[in-house]
Amino acid sequence: MESIASNPPLLQVTDLRVAVGGKEILKGLNLTVRAGEVHAIMGPNGSGKSTLAHVLSGRDGYEVTGGSVTYLGRDLLGLAPEDRARAGVFLGFQYPIEIPGVSNVYLLRSALNARRSARGESEIDAARFLRLVKEKARLMQMDESFLQRGVNEGFSGGEKKRNEIFQMAVLEPVLAILDETDSGLDIDALKVVANGVKSLRSAERAFVLVTHYQRLLDHIRPDFVHVLAGGRIIRTGDRTLALELEAGGYEQVLAAANP
Amino acid sequence: MSSSTQNQGLEELIGRRYAHGFVTDIESDTVPPGLNEDVIRFISAKKGEPEFLLQWRLKAYRHWLTLREPRWAKLHHPPIDYQDISYYSAPKAPTGPRSIDEVDPKLLETYEKLGIPLHERARLAGVAVDAVFDSVSVTTTFKDKLSAAGVIFCSFSEAVREHPDLVRQYLGTVVPYRDNYFAALNSAVFTDGSFVYIPKGVRCPMELSTYFRINQAKTGQFERTLIIADEASHVSYLEGCTAPQRDENQLHAAVVELVALRDATIKYSTVQNWYPGDENGKGGIYNFVTKRGDCRGANSRISWTQVEAGSAITWKYPSCILRGENSVGEFYSVAVTNNLQQADTGTKMIHIGRNTRSTIVSKGISAGRAQNAYRGLVKILPTAENARNYTQCDSLLMGARCGAHTFPYMEVRNPSAVVEHEATTSRIGDDQLFYCRQRGLSTEDAVNLIVNGFCKQVFRELPMEFAVEAQNLLNVSLEGAVG
Repeated sequence: MESIASNPPLLQVTDLRVAVGGKEILKGLNLTVRAGEVHAIMGPNGSGKSTLAHVLSGRDGYEVTGGSVTYLGRDLLGLAPEDRARAGVFLGFQYPIEIPGVSNVYLLRSALNARRSARGESEIDAARFLRLVKEKARLMQMDESFLQRGVNEGFSGGEKKRNEIFQMAVLEPVLAILDETDSGLDIDALKVVANGVKSLRSAERAFVLVTHYQRLLDHIRPDFVHVLAGGRIIRTGDRTLALELEAGGYEQVLAAANP
Repeated sequence: MSSSTQNQGLEELIGRRYAHGFVTDIESDTVPPGLNEDVIRFISAKKGEPEFLLQWRLKAYRHWLTLREPRWAKLHHPPIDYQDISYYSAPKAPTGPRSIDEVDPKLLETYEKLGIPLHERARLAGVAVDAVFDSVSVTTTFKDKLSAAGVIFCSFSEAVREHPDLVRQYLGTVVPYRDNYFAALNSAVFTDGSFVYIPKGVRCPMELSTYFRINQAKTGQFERTLIIADEASHVSYLEGCTAPQRDENQLHAAVVELVALRDATIKYSTVQNWYPGDENGKGGIYNFVTKRGDCRGANSRISWTQVEAGSAITWKYPSCILRGENSVGEFYSVAVTNNLQQADTGTKMIHIGRNTRSTIVSKGISAGRAQNAYRGLVKILPTAENARNYTQCDSLLMGARCGAHTFPYMEVRNPSAVVEHEATTSRIGDDQLFYCRQRGLSTEDAVNLIVNGFCKQVFRELPMEFAVEAQNLLNVSLEGAVG
């Protein structure tokens, strides 16, 4: 990570304050993510982890009361969700949504073409698209029948999460925010998901992994681990911090941070 | 900064204008508003009808006078003043056009604007079109090719002149004039429509299509369509409809009769886009239509597919009488209501013959303050040994101010019958929209994607050429319904 520390930040969150229903959830959060890095955001329930993921992706219902977020030099908060997506921001949903009757590939092709068109590229041709999705489906060990099924329609919890990573693999985002993608996965599914993420790691791409447990981090080694509590990042370290959390629990870290 | 997102409000996006709302400035022969026996005699005389038809019209009229407007549907509208409607309007022309070259260029232009070019060389390959403008048929394309196959496809008026025996044999045998209020009215005053006869053993070589257009103010449109598929024949037929944007409501009361003899198949598809009225419910077409198919022969099949997107009010129940053994009735419907539109639509499947089967797939979409009702009857008579019905009825709501209602009636009088009914109601969720937007789709594209997924089962029943048109129409109708 030393070698990339000099990269300009991909994502710069500065003193971010966010309220939901008048209640302040994020209370001055700072985070710098550079290309090539993997950041893990950990913290107890209710600390604001999912709020951060949602605000970065532009979900409705979150009021930004202060601070700023810059993404590739642009004001991220000023962009509509679809414009963020087209600029390369991907959110892996904690609870992926079902869209009956709309096939997985249909959504994906629409999504991919929306990005391409935002970049001034032409629509992807059908044969190339098919090759791409088949290759990524193999990577995620997904049966090809998944491609034609309705988006997440009748999928098990594990299948839905796998589908999120599959979509990410096809869309090749610049910044991927994975919101508790590991929760509810058995150990085999966790490995598949982790492999999907690892295969996408590159010098141009960054990941923010929001997670409750450190077990995902056994498979995907983060460059930074942040502890989010009470709406702020109270500690940042390398992956040994995750192990420390696992061993001692959040309370110990929280107590150390607020003596 | 007040909000981290730019989600467009639910109501903000409403308001794509109706694209077919223009009026063609053309001289018309229009009778003054009002209905009496003289008007009926005038229409009949204008069309040079044989005496039997005039008498039939008059009987229908006298019966109509004894009836009252039905009030059982979940529809609300001010009383219709039947004396304030003109029952005949025709573009002025010395005589009816004999070929496309004699048609008033302004009319051709109208159909061009609607995307229905009538010049045969410009036609969609393989679709023959009959175009009905107000009360009269303008032209029918591809006549030569059809008559080579023995297929009769012409305006109803022409059928009365050229094939009176066929008309006399079948008219009113599926929908008698006594059937209901609007069928009686139509039988008395119908002006034109399409007529199709497919001879024995013939597979109609192309899709047949009728395009209905209301242009004149204060006129009603009362067309009558009769399709006869003789033994072992096959036909696919599509109708489309539009009207200008006007502040007053206009009445459309059509009757469609289908007859399928032994081993025959009729596939009837509708893309209905009459002017729906504005966002405050002003204007729009009142669409009171009776459509029924009679599977008269064994192994016959009648399939209704409808995409109902327009009209202020839709009252329509395309039905099948499954008389022949092993006959099959199908009803695939998408009904979309936005703003203040109201739809009360569905089907009736009347099982009479043995081993008759029917399928009903109804998709209702409501947005704005619209009300959308499915009303269906599945009736299994004692003679219908081993009858089967499957009904699926799904409703999709957009926003919180619209309504979806389901009124399924079942009357089973044979214990061997199997009747299944499934129903769901869902709402386009903010979650679904956000999910799509997070993947890069605009709100509009997301709505289209979700709605088209919802309607897929019905769209795939449409002839290929029209599936795309229907999808686009739906997208326009719902534009702005959800933000």
